[in-house]
Amino acid sequence: METTSVIDPIAQSGHGTEHAEHQHHHTETFISKYIFSLDHKTIGKQFLFLGMFWAVIGGLMSVIFRIQLGWPDETFPFMERLFAAWFTDGKLNPEAYYSLVTMHGTIMVFFVLTASLSGTFANVLIPLQIGARDMASPLMNAISFWLFFTAGVVMFSSIFLPTGAASAGWTIYPPLSALPQTSPGSGTGMTMWLIAMVIFIGSTLVGGLNYVSTVLNLRTRGMTMFRLPLTVWALFFTAIIGILSFPVLVSCCVLLLFDRGLGTSFYLSNIVIGGKALPYAGGSPILFQHLFWFLGHPEVYIVILPAMGMVSEVLAVQSRKPIFGYKAMIFSILGITILGFFVWAHHMYVTGMNPFIGSIFVLFTLLIAVPSAVKVFNWITTLWRGNIRVNPPTMFAVGFVSMFISGGLTGIWLGNATIDIQLHDTYFVVAHFHIVMGIAAFFGMYAGIYHWFPRMFGRMMNDTMGYIHFAITFIGAYLIFWPMHFLGLAGVPRRYYTFNEFAAFSQYANLNKVISITAIVVFLGQILFLINFIWSIFKGRKSPQNPWQANTLEWTSPIEGIHGNWHGEIPEVYRWPYDYSRDPNSDVDFIPQNVPLSEAEKKDYVHH
Amino acid sequence: MSILLGLLTLVLLYIVIVQISKASDLIKTLRSGDKQEESFGNSAVFLSVIGFAILVYSIVTCFTYAHTLLPPSASEQGEWIQWLIDITLVLTAIVFVITQALLFWFVYKYHYRKDRKAYFFADNNKLEAAWTVVPAIVLTFLIGFGLQKWFKIYSPTPKDAVLIEATGKQFLWTIRYAGLDHALGNRDFTLVNGDNELGINWNDPASRDDFMADEIVLPVNKPVSVNIGALDVLHDFYLPEFRLMMDAVPGIPTHIWFRPIITTEQMRKITKNPKFDYVLACNKLCGSGHYNMQKKVRIVTQEEFNTWEKSQKSYYETVVKPAMDNGTYKQVEVAPLQSTTVAEMAKKK
Repeated sequence: METTSVIDPIAQSGHGTEHAEHQHHHTETFISKYIFSLDHKTIGKQFLFLGMFWAVIGGLMSVIFRIQLGWPDETFPFMERLFAAWFTDGKLNPEAYYSLVTMHGTIMVFFVLTASLSGTFANVLIPLQIGARDMASPLMNAISFWLFFTAGVVMFSSIFLPTGAASAGWTIYPPLSALPQTSPGSGTGMTMWLIAMVIFIGSTLVGGLNYVSTVLNLRTRGMTMFRLPLTVWALFFTAIIGILSFPVLVSCCVLLLFDRGLGTSFYLSNIVIGGKALPYAGGSPILFQHLFWFLGHPEVYIVILPAMGMVSEVLAVQSRKPIFGYKAMIFSILGITILGFFVWAHHMYVTGMNPFIGSIFVLFTLLIAVPSAVKVFNWITTLWRGNIRVNPPTMFAVGFVSMFISGGLTGIWLGNATIDIQLHDTYFVVAHFHIVMGIAAFFGMYAGIYHWFPRMFGRMMNDTMGYIHFAITFIGAYLIFWPMHFLGLAGVPRRYYTFNEFAAFSQYANLNKVISITAIVVFLGQILFLINFIWSIFKGRKSPQNPWQANTLEWTSPIEGIHGNWHGEIPEVYRWPYDYSRDPNSDVDFIPQNVPLSEAEKKDYVHH
Repeated sequence: MSILLGLLTLVLLYIVIVQISKASDLIKTLRSGDKQEESFGNSAVFLSVIGFAILVYSIVTCFTYAHTLLPPSASEQGEWIQWLIDITLVLTAIVFVITQALLFWFVYKYHYRKDRKAYFFADNNKLEAAWTVVPAIVLTFLIGFGLQKWFKIYSPTPKDAVLIEATGKQFLWTIRYAGLDHALGNRDFTLVNGDNELGINWNDPASRDDFMADEIVLPVNKPVSVNIGALDVLHDFYLPEFRLMMDAVPGIPTHIWFRPIITTEQMRKITKNPKFDYVLACNKLCGSGHYNMQKKVRIVTQEEFNTWEKSQKSYYETVVKPAMDNGTYKQVEVAPLQSTTVAEMAKKK
């Protein structure tokens, strides 16, 4: 196992004269190189592969329950042959439907868009972009991944329980989630959900602490905080949010485990089931919601900030222009990070809480639109008068901005408590959060994968398949989620197994079919992405050292990926990362961060 | 068989796409090598056409779906919400169209050309100040309007309100009316038994004329006060056409009041649907039967309501008392626990 170069403080600070590869004297086995690796680049790829596995599972689940919503009256014997436990007479059981909805949300929010998105790009990009040989603690980094893996094993096993996986929604509100007699999924399935989440949070914390200490301590010479690329800034703040909010979810889950197993009454009071009073008194189901959303809301920023950071970087590189308002972008992330901790109860406007408390949360929730708006205007201005290479990373970055606008604006509707009284828990909410956090974060992730694929695998992805993938995903996402706004405005509630029982909600039968068909097509489009991804790892065109002519340090490290990241000394940094098209008279439209200021520049170089 | 055929077609489709894509990228590489020779003109057109098509789609559907949305608000409170939605819609629609159009227009207009240079434009304090301050001002107005309506909706309940109680349990609503004394009898979950699922304390005189109703019947133009509760798990008292929602929480009573303004008969004419009925639904996931937890709601004239109210029978008189008389119902003599609040306990000490 080769770790000496990684933790050697001399090599780490970049002053070492000894070449990293000279220390490569241990033989690496397959297991130490690819499985229990301590190299941040490998761990990043592990996060990515596991995230892809979970995304396929989560997507497949949505296809199954969309089939139920699209064709509630038809039977599907072939589905029953595939998923016998979930179907009766060719029809999906309501219990299975609610389990699928719950697991889809849990998997997508936590496993794909939290663990995999941050895990992949924080690992691949932080050391390479700040000029470090590895993470501050490579071991903690590996532990973070393997805790994530373990949490996944527990969660995945719960799907095969005879009583089914957890089915109380991804928000697992008690008492439904606390009392097994109210729902089969609240039996062992819920216990396993809670245990998996506690392990998962361990993974997030270990990872996050590592990211923060790496960014603070291991920057190369000249890499001041205000010379960091926006990707690193975003991942840095994301880790801080996680460290501050995830522990609250641990207590939230542990107290629920107590209520379930030890007969405590943290969340339970005055409960009557089957004509019998249960011996719970004094607890509050609303307390659970406060604890849950104290993480749950910052969680959406944990999901979206890394995407924002990557989109900022991709748009600057691909439009050959500096990101507009670099500092404004940093301070808006900071603003979102801080305000994000004061908006959680906007998920609880209709719980009967004191209207005065509600009004405070209206104020903070709508204020958070200001830094978000600044970011959108800055991205658009970055494109203005650029020289934009409209390739797959650009398309997904632009798609991200489009989605973020669409979903962000409906946030102004829902954040206003008065409107929430009508739209709370309707399909309007489903449309809002899927667009602004689900789809947008996926677009940011895709932009990042297409952009940094050469950095990760030394080869280029296929552009044409990238264009097709983009078209299917972008058009499909709008066709699926845009009409859901109308369902919501017509009063259709979310989390309904079928709409046929209500005359008022059943009018959209055809629309629901269209949405379901589109969802299947979009899912198949993602398979095309996977084909492109896997094919390109082995057969893609070899990437040049700096395929996008970018300024950041990751493109100075040998493209084939070596342990310790740089032969010899770590490059020193002399400028910010966005010197694109700085000199209108030069033929070269980029100046990498490790290029010293020229004599001419020294006179009038403005640091942004 | 047909499924197998479908799968086969799908696999073939993937193979075709992959082969075409490989060839198309190969041609591009042969033409330009690794040099950035490509103009990206085609892909820029591709992206902005898709973007503008989606923009048109999103605007057009707003009009084509408009008639499928909720009918005019059946409550006064809903009208206030609708007013705020209208303002928010106009403001967000303007921002939506401008930003999306600029985004996809810029992508086309400024796509890569070999002979062009991007304009080095790193920051501009005035511009950034402007688009920080303007949204802040607009949002301040939305916050102000929103909170004004919010506190209006949660204003104290008028004294003359009709008092009802809605209790959710898996998977139905129980509706209790206060009766002629306009007071609901006390409840305590420890009093619950097979005959008394709500745990009503029959020693409380206010309980004697309370009646249970199969449907919610309410007079038009008169405030309605709703006490909301739940027995087992969370539910949500949701009246879509009235634009109102309030969670039902075990152990924590919640409350809303509202004023219906359109009778069922009138709404049938407005919607041109003779079968139209208002409905109470559950809007908080409560288990496998959540999707079908409903109760009919009828809004009638004051006269119709008075007649209906008089025709309803007291639950105590018709069910509880006869059962007590023939000994099948056990009465709990002392009202325990529930009437003793913490404050009262402190007082006794």
